[in-house]
Amino acid sequence: MGQTLAEKILTARADTEARAGHIVVARVDLAFVQDTTGPLTVRQFSEAGLPLHNPEKTAMFIDHSAPSPAKELSNDHVFMRKFAAETGAKLSDIGEGVCHQLVAESWAKPGDVIVGADSHTVTAGALGAFATGMGSTDVAVAMALGKTWLRVPETMRIRANGKWPKGVYSKDLILYLIGMIGADGATYKSLEFTGEAVTAMSMSQRLTIANMAVEAGAKVGLFPSDAVTQSYLREHGRGELFVPLAPDADADYESTTDIDVSRLEPTVSKPHTVDNTALAKDLKGVKIEQVFIGTCTNGRLEDLALVAGMMKGKKHHPRTRLVVAPASQKILLAAIEKGYITTLVEAGATVVPPGCAACLGVHQGVLGNGESCLSTANRNFKGRMGNPESFVYLASPATAAATALRGEITDPREVL
Amino acid sequence: MLKGQAFKFGDSISTDLIVPGRLLHLRSNLPELAKHVLEDADPTFAGRVHKGDFVVGGKNFGLGSSREHAPLVIKMAGVSAIIAKSVARIFFRNAINVGLPVLICDTDGINDGDELEVDLEEGNIRDLTSGLEVGFAPIPEIMLRILDEGGLVPYIRKYGDFVLPKS
Ligand code: SF4
Repeated sequence: MGQTLAEKILTARADTEARAGHIVVARVDLAFVQDTTGPLTVRQFSEAGLPLHNPEKTAMFIDHSAPSPAKELSNDHVFMRKFAAETGAKLSDIGEGVCHQLVAESWAKPGDVIVGADSHTVTAGALGAFATGMGSTDVAVAMALGKTWLRVPETMRIRANGKWPKGVYSKDLILYLIGMIGADGATYKSLEFTGEAVTAMSMSQRLTIANMAVEAGAKVGLFPSDAVTQSYLREHGRGELFVPLAPDADADYESTTDIDVSRLEPTVSKPHTVDNTALAKDLKGVKIEQVFIGTCTNGRLEDLALVAGMMKGKKHHPRTRLVVAPASQKILLAAIEKGYITTLVEAGATVVPPGCAACLGVHQGVLGNGESCLSTANRNFKGRMGNPESFVYLASPATAAATALRGEITDPREVL
Repeated sequence: MLKGQAFKFGDSISTDLIVPGRLLHLRSNLPELAKHVLEDADPTFAGRVHKGDFVVGGKNFGLGSSREHAPLVIKMAGVSAIIAKSVARIFFRNAINVGLPVLICDTDGINDGDELEVDLEEGNIRDLTSGLEVGFAPIPEIMLRILDEGGLVPYIRKYGDFVLPKS
């Protein structure tokens, strides 16, 4: 019997045949934390009383409240910087970008096992890495031992075929899928994405899907590593790290779901759960006070290029504030160089520094009572953007740009 | 044997409802943060919960962020176990890692305010108010050992490594 991607990666990293349902101990290629989970990780790590297994495989990202909006958070940052300086763990400080984007750019490679104290660690699955989110203590122990225990997940295969229609993106596919299987539809499972529509996807589009695997409860969202993976690694100066990776033809899947992308339409998650989906065209008339474009889901250069293209020479609707946060410094610099930032600022956007920004409701775009935001992020739980009296809708960057132009939820095909 | 009162919540209690991002600045001040536990789901909960009580949820309890502060403050509030129909993966691991048992079973028959008695060894919950008895799914052995030590840090301090049961 062949193996799924998850089984293959874990077999190699655990030095034992890993099959769905087994409990294995796998070597970890990267253990990382960010500034909301990092301080607790450091405390638990110190409690455990072991040294850092490998500082070169340990990273700390200050991205969630960066720059800091409050003295308590500043003190958390001081604490993290001190730990990094003392142990040699790699530190990524304010303005460098969202952890998952930086992991994709500079760390993840096919076949890796990555554990991060952040649920969206799954993002690196787009590069063929078994990347999964854990809590502070699990990551603290991975930092100390260089390994972690894992239950090898069963795999749900998602086969996406067909041609991508105009105005429809990978964000629409993943929102559609979560709407279909539910926010717990893949709990504990590996979601494995294959098919011609997947092969046709850019790395940026793949990262969006892998990122949101956790919104269906999945442990990982895995993509085979192919020519797109290779050129992405090369683009980031890491071409030599490429290895091809694909599931075996006779692998054992728990289920297979076929999706014809040519039938998808721009999709939106309504408040307050990600699986509460509807078509953008059916939400026409829903007024939006803020559009937020950014995050580890959709703050990449391709996203900014699309939005800038749609907004060039235009202004956002007077009702709707537009906040843009590039996901990394690299993306910001490229967007400046290509003129996207100028276009967006001319369209009235407030551009904030690379980082999580308004996504988790600490700063840079907290909503007022009764306000609605359409965001390109991955989560719309009650209170997510800092105010339980507000409403968050999730959609693709194209839907976000169309909505910013019209002041109400708008199907991007009306504008494109 | 654990004994206490049930605090019943609905489906999909996210980590944002347990400890929201707007309280991020309190994360290194756990006693203060614990005063707000589950505030956005039930603002009166923190004031009413007593040592030994149970948080009873529906489907997909603890979905969302990996913040371990969520099970941690529930434990700090005195809660002796979480009982739910299903639990999100990261939350499950986090709860065990901080030494808070998570019991999976059908919770429809448990009402808010019921007196419960939980036998962790027998794997069974008795609702003393309604007379109902339900069994819960066995906890994987590696997690039971972690729980036995009071969490992952004491476990690692004792064993120095992961110890897998011989299969
Ligand atoms: S951008 Fe949002 S979802 Fe992504 S890591 Fe930051 S807070 Fe989490």
